[in-house]
Amino acid sequence: MSETGLPTTDGRRLIAAARRRDLLFAGIGLAVLFVATAVLLALVLDLVITGAPHIDLDFLTSYPSRRASRAGILPAWVGTGLVMLVTAALAIPFGIAAGLYLEEYAPRNRVTDVIEINITNLAGVPSIIYGLLALGVFVYGFRLGETILVAGMVLALLVLPVIVVATREALRSIPREVREAAFALGADKWQTVSMYLLPAARPGILTGIIVALARAIGETAPLVTIGALTFIAFLPPPPITAQPPFVSFEWLGSPFTVLPIQMFNWISRPQAAFHELAAAAGVVLLVMTLAMNGLAIYIRYRARRLLG
Amino acid sequence: MPERGLVKKHTVRAFDQELARLARHVTEMGALVERQVALAVRALVERDEEAAATVIGRDDAVDELEEAIDQEAIRILATRQPVAIDLRMVAMALKISNDLERTSDYAVNIAKRARRLAEQPQLKPFVTIPRMAEICQRMVKEVLDAYVERDPDKAMAAWHRDDEVDQLYTSLFRELLTYILEDPRTTGTCIDLMFVAKNLERIGDHATNIAEKVHYIVHGDLINRMRKTEA
Amino acid sequence: MTLAAPLPAEPAPPSARPDEARPAEIRAKAAVEDLSFWYGPKQVLFSISMPVAEGCVTALIGPSGCGKSTFLRCFNRMHDLYPGNRYAGRILLEPEGIDIIGPKTDPMVPRMRIGMVFQKPNPFPKSIYENVAAGLRIRGVRSRTVLDAQVEKSLRRAALWEEVKDRLHASAHTLSGGQQQRLCIARALAPEPELLLLDEPTSALDPIATAHIEELIDELSRRYTIVVVTHNMQQAARISRFTAFFHLGRLIEFGPTEEVFTRPRETMTQDYITGRFG
Repeated sequence: MSETGLPTTDGRRLIAAARRRDLLFAGIGLAVLFVATAVLLALVLDLVITGAPHIDLDFLTSYPSRRASRAGILPAWVGTGLVMLVTAALAIPFGIAAGLYLEEYAPRNRVTDVIEINITNLAGVPSIIYGLLALGVFVYGFRLGETILVAGMVLALLVLPVIVVATREALRSIPREVREAAFALGADKWQTVSMYLLPAARPGILTGIIVALARAIGETAPLVTIGALTFIAFLPPPPITAQPPFVSFEWLGSPFTVLPIQMFNWISRPQAAFHELAAAAGVVLLVMTLAMNGLAIYIRYRARRLLG
Repeated sequence: MPERGLVKKHTVRAFDQELARLARHVTEMGALVERQVALAVRALVERDEEAAATVIGRDDAVDELEEAIDQEAIRILATRQPVAIDLRMVAMALKISNDLERTSDYAVNIAKRARRLAEQPQLKPFVTIPRMAEICQRMVKEVLDAYVERDPDKAMAAWHRDDEVDQLYTSLFRELLTYILEDPRTTGTCIDLMFVAKNLERIGDHATNIAEKVHYIVHGDLINRMRKTEA
Repeated sequence: MTLAAPLPAEPAPPSARPDEARPAEIRAKAAVEDLSFWYGPKQVLFSISMPVAEGCVTALIGPSGCGKSTFLRCFNRMHDLYPGNRYAGRILLEPEGIDIIGPKTDPMVPRMRIGMVFQKPNPFPKSIYENVAAGLRIRGVRSRTVLDAQVEKSLRRAALWEEVKDRLHASAHTLSGGQQQRLCIARALAPEPELLLLDEPTSALDPIATAHIEELIDELSRRYTIVVVTHNMQQAARISRFTAFFHLGRLIEFGPTEEVFTRPRETMTQDYITGRFG
C-alpha cells in the first residue's frame, strides 16, 4: 500500500490473483455440476438398465396381474394419458385466462394484491391437501365419484398457479413499447391482448405449461386420496365410438389408475420381479414426460422463431 | 429581444472564448482603420507626407486582419453551429470586417491623392473637406464604440450623420465644378479633390453599414429598407 | 456605332422570394387551449396554449423533464394507458373542433385519427407486412387486396418499399435500426392519420439513418401535419416550420422556427438554444 492507502498498481500480482479466483470458482462450479449430473445419470441409467429389458409389446398391452411375468401397464398409461388430457384441458385455458385477467384487466387494489400473493402460496401447498379437498368437494360434495374427471380436476387445481404465474410473468416481460404501439394504433383492450400480447407471451406461457404438466404427470398423493385404484383390470370406455355421435364422454366418469400409482403398487411388493417392472413403468413414464415436454418445446421453438 | 451589456456564459467555455476573441479582433481592426482614416485626413489637410506613407504601408496589415476574422468566423460557424444572438454576432463580424477593409482602402486612396495634391499649390484653404473628414471620422469612431458597447442607439446617431456628409459632398462637387469652369488649369487638382470627397463619402456609407449591423446584432432586424424609404 | 458586345439578356426575375415559399394561408389542424396535466397529484403541464399548423412540422424543444413528451402524448391520450392521470383544458382537433381530452369525447377517436412514432423503434414481433397492416386490421379491414395495396402505399411513403418488397413476410426484427423506425412510420401512416406525432424519432439512430428520417419527415410534411419532439436543437431548426420551447412544464415561446432561432423573444429561449442553459 502506498502512503495514501490506495493499493499500488502492481499489475501482475493483481492479475494473477484475479486469475486464481476465477479458476477456483470455475473449478467449484464444474465439480458441483459434475456431481449433480453424475448422480442423476446414475439414477436414470439404473432405472433404464433395470427396467428396459421388460418393456415389450406384451408389457404395454397387458393388465396388471399377480404374476410378474404376465403383468402389464396398459390401464396405467392409458389412465395417465387420459388424466393428463383432462388436466391440460382444464388447467391451460383457465390458467391463461386467470393470468390474463389478473395482469391486464384487474384493477390494482388491495384485493388484487392479496390474490397475487396467495396464488404463489397456492403453488407451495402440499399436494395431498388438494387431494383431500377434491375428495370432500368433488367426489362426495358434487357426487362426481372417483373418476378420471375428478383426477383431472384435482391435478388442474394443483398446477393452475404455475400456469397463472407463468402467464403473468410472460405478459409482464413484454416491453411497454409494444403495448404503447398497439394503443397508439387505436387497438382496444381485447385487440391488444389477442393480437399482440398473447402471441408475444407464447413462449413464456408454453414454458409454464410444460412445467405444470411435467409436475402433474408425476403426482401420486392427490390421486390416491381421491380414490385412484391400485389394481385395475379394465380400461375406461373409449372416447371414440362406432355409433353416432362418434364421440363419447363416458370415460370421464370411469375409475382409473395412473403410472405412478402402479409403480408404487409394484414397489410395495416383496418380489424383486415386481421391482423391475416398476422400473420399467418408470421408464415408460419418463418417456411419456419427455415426449410431452418435447412437443411443448417444439411449439415454443416455433413461436420463438417468429418473434425473432 | 434586445441584448445589452453582459450576457450569460455558455456552458461550453471555449465557445465564449472564441466569440470574445472574434469580437476583439473586430475591435482591433476597427481601431486600426479609425487611425487610417485620421492619418489620411491629416496627410491631406496638413500635407503630411509621412502620414500618407504610413497609411499606405499599413493597408496590408488591415487586409490580414480581415482574412483572420473571416477564417475565425467561418470556423465558429462550422464547429459551433451558433444560433440567435451568437449567429448574428458572427455573421455580422464577417460583414463588418468587409466594411472596415473597404474603409481602409478608401483611406489609402485619400492618402495617395493627398501626396499628389501636396506637390501642387493649394487651391484655396480647405473648408468643406476637413468638415466632411471630421464627420466621417466621428462616424467611424462612434459606430465602432457602438459595436464594442452593443449600443444600437449610438449606432443610429452615427447613422443619421451620413445625411450631412452626403449634403457636403454634393455642395463640394458643385463648388469644384465652378472652379473648373472658371479656370480649366485647375481641373487636375479639382478632380483629385473630387475623388477625395468621393472617398470620404464612401467611408461615410460604410460607417452607416456598420451601424446597421450593430443594430441587427442587438435587435435582430435588418433596417436596409428603412434607409431607402428615408432617402 | 454599335456596341462591341451585345448586352447580356435581362436576368429572370428572382423566383425564390421567401414570402412565396409557402402558401399564404396556414390553417390550424389543432389548437391547444389552456392545457394542464397531472401525473397523479403532481402537475407537470401548466396552462399551455398553442396552435398546430396544418401541413407543417411543429417542433417541441426544451431541456430534459420540461414536459414536451408529456405534452405530445396528450394529443392521442396515451396517458390513458396508465392510471391516475388528469387533464384540464382543451385540445381542439379540426375540422370539427372536437375536444380530444373532453369528457364527452370517446377516447378511441383521437387514436384513430392520430398516429404516433416512438423514440425507440418498436415494431411488433411479427412480419414486416403484419406490422404495417396492424392498424388496418385493428380497424377491421380484412380484404387481402385492400391490405396489400395499403401496405405497399405506406411502405412507399416511408421510403422503405424498395428495401423490403421481396421479404414482406420476414420478421420485422431482421431490419436495421433505421429501417425499423421507417417501418414504424409506415405502420403509423397506413391508417391514413390526420396528425402524426413523432417522439424523438431519431435519437436512437446513427447520423445516416437520422438523415434519412429527416428527409422523410420533410416529404411527409407536404401531406401530413406533424408534431416532433426532439432534444436535438439543430434537428428542430432543420426540419420544422414552427418551434415551441418548453421549460418545467410551461410553454415559454412559440413562433416560426426561423425567428426562434435567429431572434427569439424570450431570454430563456435564447439561453437554451445558444447553450447558455444550466
